[in-house]
Amino acid sequence: MARLASGEASVNDLAKPFNMSQPAISKHLKVLERAGLISKGLDRQRRPRRIEATPLKEANEWLEKYREFWEVRYEKLDDLLEEMRAEQANKAVTKKTRRRKNG
Amino acid sequence: MAENKVKVEARGETELVITRDFNAPRELVYRAHTEPQYMKRWLFGPDGWSLDVCEVDLRVGGKYRWVWKKDDITMGAGGEYREIESPEKIVCTEMFDDPWYEGEAVSTVRLAENNGTTTLVNTMRYSSKEARDGVLASPMSDGMEICYNRLDSILAADSAQAAASGE
Repeated sequence: MARLASGEASVNDLAKPFNMSQPAISKHLKVLERAGLISKGLDRQRRPRRIEATPLKEANEWLEKYREFWEVRYEKLDDLLEEMRAEQANKAVTKKTRRRKNG
Repeated sequence: MAENKVKVEARGETELVITRDFNAPRELVYRAHTEPQYMKRWLFGPDGWSLDVCEVDLRVGGKYRWVWKKDDITMGAGGEYREIESPEKIVCTEMFDDPWYEGEAVSTVRLAENNGTTTLVNTMRYSSKEARDGVLASPMSDGMEICYNRLDSILAADSAQAAASGE
């Protein structure tokens, strides 16, 4: 995807940096194509692939929305964990003092 | 201290992987995920919602039940624990009363501790690619917003009717 972001490329060009066979890379490209993320060019000889900007932008937006949803929860969990740690530390101190008093 | 941020990745065709670091030992993170008095303190959102019912039968085959509430609207979900390995792994199913995605999801939460930091990895596996993509397109925060807007329109219709019959 990073390679296609800088312009269209043939299957061969795309396979080069990965130590992958052409059928293997074609299989990956088919998945991306089915998801509407890339498309085939018209040049019959090269069949260059190019990135489809819109669905990818949407996919990123969706991921970001979902991420924010969890961020809100986990920020609350951060505060709770801090309290739990303080509680534990308090308990440890009380135990020590009690032991000192008893001993 | 560096701020811990949630990372979300779509993996394969049916999974979402949620990763987040916490500045706390994993025993505490585990307890915050499994003990209702703690779960009620964070397992909700956005603003205005609370986790009203939180019943947990923490054993393999045991069930859990959550009900969120905002004013007069409730939203329920539940499931069954599949694997429990305190304090490092929780596997459970998840299904909503009013499903906003198709089928049942399986959540696998793994906790790993390193130098006092706990890394949480929650892998949500959905029943199909469509269900997974549906969750991404409309996360629960949207689902809650939709519920709320629905209530708004019901209230608006009611008051319009009351006004009309008053005339």
